[in-house]
Amino acid sequence: MKYDVIVIGGGPAGLAAAVSAHDNGAKVLIVEREERLGGMLKQCIHDGFGLTTFGEKLAGPEYVERFMDMVRERSIECSLQTFVTRIDKREDGFDVVTVSAKGIEHREAKSLVLATGCRERTAKQVFIHGTRPAGVFTAGTAQHYVNRLGVMPTQKCVILGSGDIGLIMARRLTLEGAEVLGVYEINPTPSGLTRNIHQCLIDYDIPLHLSHTVTRVFGRDRLEAVEVCRVDENMKPMPETAERIDCDALIVSVGLIPENELAESIGVILDKHTKGPYADGQLMTNVPGVFTCGNALHVNDLVDFVSASGAEAGRNAALFAGNSRKTVDMSIGKEFQYMVPQQLDLNSDNSKITFWFRSARVQKKSVLRLKVNGEEVWKKNYLSLRPPEMQEIKLDMTSFGIDESSAVTWEIEEVQA
Amino acid sequence: MNIKRINRELHKRFGDRVNASFEDNCILLRGELDEWSEVVEAGQMAAIPKGKIHVVNDILCSGAEAQEMHISSLRDDALEGETPDVLIIGGGISGCSIAREMARYKLDILLLEKEADLALGASGRNDGEVHPGVDLSKGSLKHKYVRRGNAMYDEICRDLSVPFKRVGQYACFKDKRLKPIIWCYAQYRRIHDGISDTRIASSEEIKKTAPRLNKDFAFAISNPNSGSVSPYNLTIAYADNAVENGARISLNTAVLGMETENGKIISVETNRGTIRPKIVINAAGVWSDKIAEMAGDRFFTIHPRRGTNSILDKKCGDTFATIASVVGVKTAAGKSHTKGGGILHTAHDNLLIGPDAVETYERENTATTAESIERVFSKQKITMPTLSEREIITYFTGVRAPTYEEDFIIEWGRKTENIFHVAGIQSPGLTTAPAVAVDVSAIVAEKLGAEKNGDFNPVRKAIPVLNEMSDEERAKLIEENPDYGIIICRCEEISKGEILDALRSPVCVPTLDGIKKRVRPGMGRCQGGFCSPLVTKIIAQELGIPVTEVRKSSLDAPIVFESRKGEKA
Repeated sequence: MKYDVIVIGGGPAGLAAAVSAHDNGAKVLIVEREERLGGMLKQCIHDGFGLTTFGEKLAGPEYVERFMDMVRERSIECSLQTFVTRIDKREDGFDVVTVSAKGIEHREAKSLVLATGCRERTAKQVFIHGTRPAGVFTAGTAQHYVNRLGVMPTQKCVILGSGDIGLIMARRLTLEGAEVLGVYEINPTPSGLTRNIHQCLIDYDIPLHLSHTVTRVFGRDRLEAVEVCRVDENMKPMPETAERIDCDALIVSVGLIPENELAESIGVILDKHTKGPYADGQLMTNVPGVFTCGNALHVNDLVDFVSASGAEAGRNAALFAGNSRKTVDMSIGKEFQYMVPQQLDLNSDNSKITFWFRSARVQKKSVLRLKVNGEEVWKKNYLSLRPPEMQEIKLDMTSFGIDESSAVTWEIEEVQA
Repeated sequence: MNIKRINRELHKRFGDRVNASFEDNCILLRGELDEWSEVVEAGQMAAIPKGKIHVVNDILCSGAEAQEMHISSLRDDALEGETPDVLIIGGGISGCSIAREMARYKLDILLLEKEADLALGASGRNDGEVHPGVDLSKGSLKHKYVRRGNAMYDEICRDLSVPFKRVGQYACFKDKRLKPIIWCYAQYRRIHDGISDTRIASSEEIKKTAPRLNKDFAFAISNPNSGSVSPYNLTIAYADNAVENGARISLNTAVLGMETENGKIISVETNRGTIRPKIVINAAGVWSDKIAEMAGDRFFTIHPRRGTNSILDKKCGDTFATIASVVGVKTAAGKSHTKGGGILHTAHDNLLIGPDAVETYERENTATTAESIERVFSKQKITMPTLSEREIITYFTGVRAPTYEEDFIIEWGRKTENIFHVAGIQSPGLTTAPAVAVDVSAIVAEKLGAEKNGDFNPVRKAIPVLNEMSDEERAKLIEENPDYGIIICRCEEISKGEILDALRSPVCVPTLDGIKKRVRPGMGRCQGGFCSPLVTKIIAQELGIPVTEVRKSSLDAPIVFESRKGEKA
């Protein structure tokens, strides 16, 4: 079968991308590896989704259901429980090879939207040592068990990491009758949104221990205890502060990693800051015709941003005509954790470009500056910047006199109060 | 053997706290020392390499409390009154390979494994290298079996459908002045010791075939016959094929005691009943000296040695296709009893880094430590400067089972006639296992006067690996069974059909870990984050049990519990 656009991934980014690609005249196929559309939102039954997109607070499944309705209304074709095993480049596009109960299928498209989401960092990736008992879960896995299978991964647990999923799970497990002994965060500041610290921890009297980490687990069969340590200013655990806490599970929420193995397999270059692709203002990667969005591009804090980037990628994938490119890279100062997109294609329409960025650390009153060849061309003031809270800016990039040889740099400067 | 000389040295080092005596044809050490490292040192001082006389080390150590053997919580009488011809104790590579080779004879074979799965000891927790034997010299059992074992790997892995790759090995040197000496060494190994693939590789060759290695390497000893195998897959495959040919395997079954009479084992007590075997094969790994003792046949001591390996993302596997290690650098650990550790392209195309070697009094402590990982990486970053801990997806520790003589014990009991010991098996025990198993089964079968089993089928009915097939083969299988098209593990691309096959395999272990070892869901970069709930559900459905009854590993390792909502205010 031939399509204009194949969207890989049927979560919030992919659905928004498919709808937008369709509305821009493309024949679209969504390929989803799970049995149902919706991605991770299927198991995010808490509310707080959709404030920007729909102006209301929705539960995850409700939010994504609205996009699924849009897909249905448009009769966009979906292949469920279908896994992309490889992508072969063709002269005029891509051959997406899938595996499903139907067998091996080849589907061709002029352009691709990779909406492959992200995965969780594991306990081993943060070097937790000790035995290998049952009872070590990532927060998302714990959430799957509780919200999709209706069973409890723990009766008494410690949570490592104050990322949003960890905070949400602290509350969720408490509501389901488990005892959450505490949330331990290696950083001196929380990793999750402030609202989640309040609504998930403070409201339920769950203690948050900053500058602490879990160093070891105990238990031969099922987890019996964990060892927690205070960390020094270099985040090294201080062994003299080690404390053993009896519990039956360790839930880790220590960050997300964009899933781009498929992207890499077709030559997409990744940014080491985001672990997502280098993208231009149209969210196209270095491989012409391959677009990126959502949590595959960078880890978002709100699903509304995920959908927005999906829609942008979908639209541009539909309009993709294989024109020649004239790219200019933008550089960021070390005050940034990252910024996307990372480059501009001067041959494309850059009059409405959305940027997303995070600061590298907590900053008080700050100024964000855009400089072209050392000259400030634009600035914005912030009362504060915190790494967990992603910032969005929309700019007309055509008015700054940027050409191929321009040095385009973004800077953040903290202003003394 | 000069006990006076041994005592002179021991007394010089430890004063009168330690004493050696020659008893029962063993060097028996007694006394008390403060540190475990001293206990090991004393044992090593008393050991006589390549001899028939072994050290039995009874030195007490105040700081090192002996670890109890783990025994499954299972209690029943499923094996009560069994009278097998051959009772194999231990479901590691030795026990399982012997079970399969013994199945070539018309014999009633029963293998006991105390854990919930096979290969949970050293056999499943090593680097999987099939060694060339370049560091072994004539006269040891290790040397006797290593070349034969290595040569058998292509056929055995083909018959048993186990991933095996001859990736070759470089032992690398920085100091080019050593080249003439090492050239002589290589010649000696080649000609005198028969390690015929040994040669010297130039720095140009190393740079060309393994560009990620340290650019400063001047030359290397090269052994193209080195290989990588999945050690637990091989162990399980041997067991599967043994069962396909009539052997029986009882998991969660520990030997608790033995009744002996006139130098003969009469019965073997387990947590699942008392067994009366004709012959016992001791393949009990770190516990093999204790099993020998139970059988009234104590003549050696195992001193456990830990080793930790790290597995890196498959993306790194693409960048390095062989095995390499650096030789001739001093490390903090000093002289160590490991083949040195190294960087290894695994049979599943990951990279593996390790192992180290740390003496321990705890025979079953497989907990990992940060120090081990740091030690291994600091050494291997000399081998490959671009190596990064960030690429680690998992790590594990195994406990090896050496004797103080650092050689294998493959022989009949000395005081008990119906026990055969396959003990002290450590590296290169995985390499030697296929050859050892052939010899052991022939010796034991002869003693029993067993006939050949004409129905023996050496080919294991293997689970298909769909992601390695051509599109056509894969499509054909999916047409026959659509479950092969439903991908459950996204990182390793494992289908529901393969998981169900594992649940229906000859030695079925319906746990998350059991399935993971057999068909790999959860072995990838997300470490089961996405697929473990799905696999849990498939196991529950296939077995017709609630998900709360599914286990991670042992019977005492539940994954999830019933919801307690409403029970608390």
